[in-house]
Amino acid sequence: MDPLAAIRDTFFQECEEQLAELESGLLAIEEGDHDPERINAVFRAVHSIKGGAGAFGLEALVRFAHVFETALDEMRSGGLAPEDFVLKEMLRAADLLADHVAAARGGPPVDEARSALLAEELAALTGAEVPGEDDEGADFDIPFEVVGFDGPGLLDLPDLPDLGGGGLPDLPDLGGEIPDISALLQSADPIDAGGPRTFVIRLKPTRALYSHGNETALLLRELRRLGETRVSMDASALPLIDALDPSQGYAVWTVELTTSEDLDAVREVFEFVDGHCELDIRPAGAPPAAVLAEAPPAAAPPVFEPAPSERVMSEQVMSEPEAEIDVAALILQAQAAVKDLLGEPDAQAPAPEPAASAPVVPLAPAPTAPAAQAAPPTVTAAPAATIRVDLERVDRLIDLVGELVINQAVLAQRAAESGLARHNDVAMGLDDLEQLTREIQDSVMAIRAQPVKSVFQRMPRLVREVAAAVGKDVRLVTEGENTEVDKTVIERLSDPITHMIRNAIDHGLESPEKRVAAGKPAEGQVKLAAFHRSGRIVIEVSDDGGGINRPRVRDIAASKGLIDPNVPLTDEEIDNLIFLPGFSTASTVSDISGRGVGMDVVKRSINALGGRISISSAPGKGSVFTMSLPLTLAVLDGMVVSAAGQTLIAPLSNIIETLQPKPHEVKPIGPAAWLMSIRDSFVPLIDVGMALGYRTEPVDPANCVALLVEEGATRAALLVDTIQGQRQVVIKSLEANYRHVPGIAAATILGDGRVALILDVDAIVSRRAADYTPAHIAA
Amino acid sequence: MTDPAQNAIDRRELISFRIGDQEFCVDIMSVREIRGWTVATPLPRTPDFVRGVINLRGAVLPIIDLSARLGLGATEPEARHVIIVCRIGAQMVGLLVDAVSDILTVTDDLIQPTPDVGCDQVRTFVKGIMAIDGRMISLISLDRVLPALDLEAA
Amino acid sequence: MSKTILTVDDSRTMRDMLAMALNDAGFQVVQAVDGEDGLAVLDAHSADVDVIITDINMPKLDGFGFIEGVRKDSRHRATPILVLTTESDSSKKDRARQAGATGWIVKPFNPVKLIDAIRRVAA
Repeated sequence: MDPLAAIRDTFFQECEEQLAELESGLLAIEEGDHDPERINAVFRAVHSIKGGAGAFGLEALVRFAHVFETALDEMRSGGLAPEDFVLKEMLRAADLLADHVAAARGGPPVDEARSALLAEELAALTGAEVPGEDDEGADFDIPFEVVGFDGPGLLDLPDLPDLGGGGLPDLPDLGGEIPDISALLQSADPIDAGGPRTFVIRLKPTRALYSHGNETALLLRELRRLGETRVSMDASALPLIDALDPSQGYAVWTVELTTSEDLDAVREVFEFVDGHCELDIRPAGAPPAAVLAEAPPAAAPPVFEPAPSERVMSEQVMSEPEAEIDVAALILQAQAAVKDLLGEPDAQAPAPEPAASAPVVPLAPAPTAPAAQAAPPTVTAAPAATIRVDLERVDRLIDLVGELVINQAVLAQRAAESGLARHNDVAMGLDDLEQLTREIQDSVMAIRAQPVKSVFQRMPRLVREVAAAVGKDVRLVTEGENTEVDKTVIERLSDPITHMIRNAIDHGLESPEKRVAAGKPAEGQVKLAAFHRSGRIVIEVSDDGGGINRPRVRDIAASKGLIDPNVPLTDEEIDNLIFLPGFSTASTVSDISGRGVGMDVVKRSINALGGRISISSAPGKGSVFTMSLPLTLAVLDGMVVSAAGQTLIAPLSNIIETLQPKPHEVKPIGPAAWLMSIRDSFVPLIDVGMALGYRTEPVDPANCVALLVEEGATRAALLVDTIQGQRQVVIKSLEANYRHVPGIAAATILGDGRVALILDVDAIVSRRAADYTPAHIAA
Repeated sequence: MTDPAQNAIDRRELISFRIGDQEFCVDIMSVREIRGWTVATPLPRTPDFVRGVINLRGAVLPIIDLSARLGLGATEPEARHVIIVCRIGAQMVGLLVDAVSDILTVTDDLIQPTPDVGCDQVRTFVKGIMAIDGRMISLISLDRVLPALDLEAA
Repeated sequence: MSKTILTVDDSRTMRDMLAMALNDAGFQVVQAVDGEDGLAVLDAHSADVDVIITDINMPKLDGFGFIEGVRKDSRHRATPILVLTTESDSSKKDRARQAGATGWIVKPFNPVKLIDAIRRVAA
């Protein structure tokens, strides 16, 4: 993949993380956590997004992020107090920033009007100005000129060291006053625009230059890239080695540079060392310092910026031929000495090169030609407890492990069929194999397990939007967001949870007025919780609203012909009527929850995952939706049964016990239904073979086996021909190549290579018992 | 038949097969493989032209009895029958047919529009007909082969 | 022998972009995710690191703190440090210099300018 495209992907992934950090940070600040580090983190999140967006030229995103960042900067520097209304504004801005990111990624375009309005509001908070589209503000100017330092001039004037010996001319005692150089240059010839010109550069590094990691040799090298150079060094100030302070600068360098570049280019070379050296750059032929007079300051010629503290140099020094020592050797020795004394273990002290011709300033000892080689690997030295792995590889691994499970089952079956004794070595070996396979499978599944956090994180924004749309005040509380579940399940959780939350806010919670009138706080609460229970994951969405209006629900169901109005129903049964297909088209559906999605669709999608959903409610107090799902969609522990000659799998998690029905335990009820008595209670008896349409003639239950199953609060006894055993099976989708088949949850491949269907227990149990009845038994 | 002078874009390759004494074909681009018949696991309450599902290297593949689908009567599958594995949209489907005959290369101008014979199945499934070597071969439209959703038992 | 560059930035995107540009130019890259991590990594790879590139805004220990920390290490008193800054705000640059930075690169960075800057401070 094009590496830049990969980084772009990384950027958008990182944006998601930053947006999540941003939201949770702002929420925490809103709750009262004003810890500066918290505010800093929130600032950094937006700053980070802006930085990356700039690198990819995502202008609209950069512009909005910039305004947001400015406001956050104000807040972190204390200029903007984290008051409630400010935080609410910022939360809205965070939502919009997310929209901008989505749009930049190719998603739906941003609501321009809303964006502009928010940008103005944010700017108003800080008194800043909103950057317009044409603004070429320095912050997000895409051309990348390295910005030079702001500062008046090229030279700081550090204290002049006592240079002792000769070499430098006696400087006039200026008594602290340095005349304006421009005055001295009035007579200088104007530099002509074209053609090479010669500058004379005098450089005296100070201690600071080295202590900041700069090197004279490199500066000289840079100059050489601009043109021809003649370099001389005045080493007169260099003390003997034992008096040498390696971190101090002693040498004074003079470079005559002939270049077709302009002064700015020359100055740029010294950009980083501004203030860390004495520096003088002037065109050749400029009058010497000796002409220091009390000339009045004049307008600066275009060449030099007038700098009151420019140090003037004597012409003598500029043209001293005897200073042409072996520059190369000196540099290297000095370098070596410095490094050695600074304690660098790999001090390089190469043999001094023979005196090269003066103009050549050689490169430092280890020249590196940054050729475009194959990229050496990047080491991420961060002590990582995690690695990033391509999801495809994990999926492939899980598929392979699934095949391993199947193969192991095949092997076990064939071994059993071939009459291998159970205590035989091979049989025991196979048992060990099964154990190992399960362990591998568990470990591999764990790789793909993710905390539900990623789904939960989208909910606060949803709550804000839905609450705003229906005019209610809602607070979302989440619990157990680190509960882990297989990736296959996580992706399918988002829609059901979204619908349940929408429903809770829209229908569950009362309006603020009604709540207050009922003695409740005006702000309603919706709680989203996740936890593990009996090897499954349970998600609860609860609200403290008015609970289910049972009489109303009952009436609607009756009017839609979904129930017989004369049959009494328990409270729980009434509550669960909302899951019936056809119920949701009732007038209770509002704009928000409706949109063609009713609770029956939610239930169906949960069931398709092998999950279950139910509701319980207390009038006036609130309702709880409980959704339970298998931890993974990839494998299932099942009981292999046969019915009407077909091999079927019943999920073990549904099965409470297996029973052998005795004739006296099977009781007829009504015209065509049957019940089975189990200890002291009665449950409907359902003939699976007939339920699935495999046979039309009922069978004698006495020759069958009954599976007592539970689906939510409902129990039933499923009548099958025989039980073949228990097995963990790999789930294969029926919908992938076909479509949903009622009564069937999925498929699997058995040891003999044939496809077996996995029962959808809920679908079977929730049919009206009248359809699926066993044979009439003579009493 | 092949006309070398014709622009390659106008040509397609088709696989022809027999059901009873009629000949049909499908675009080879949709065909993934051809295999012999294996017993299918029946699916409950599905139209009778959906014979069930088989295991295709770990994936679950539905088998459509094309004869039944076209209204030519249900097939009693035997070992000699053939399953043509096709890609229809995002799904893989197996078509149960009697036997595969040929691979044909035709140009679009050879395909004639289907005459209206007042039959629903013909109208729905036969995209066009061709006369080749004195045979009549009907081009099947695969999009409609899978049952429509409303045929599902509730 | 190619040079090794330590890049310190809390943004994965930025680290990846730097790595791409630097690897293309033949440099080896070692990464750290914030100032604290940067000091730890520098300690572990001390002999190898030739140049340091660091961001300013980072959690745990910011760029300024990191640079000060580097300069306190006797092995790296003169190691070139370039700061990455989106801020044309000169006060940040000054502060970085005060902490001991050698030079700077403005984000979004141009790979050519990046290599230029490195060349200017590293042999």
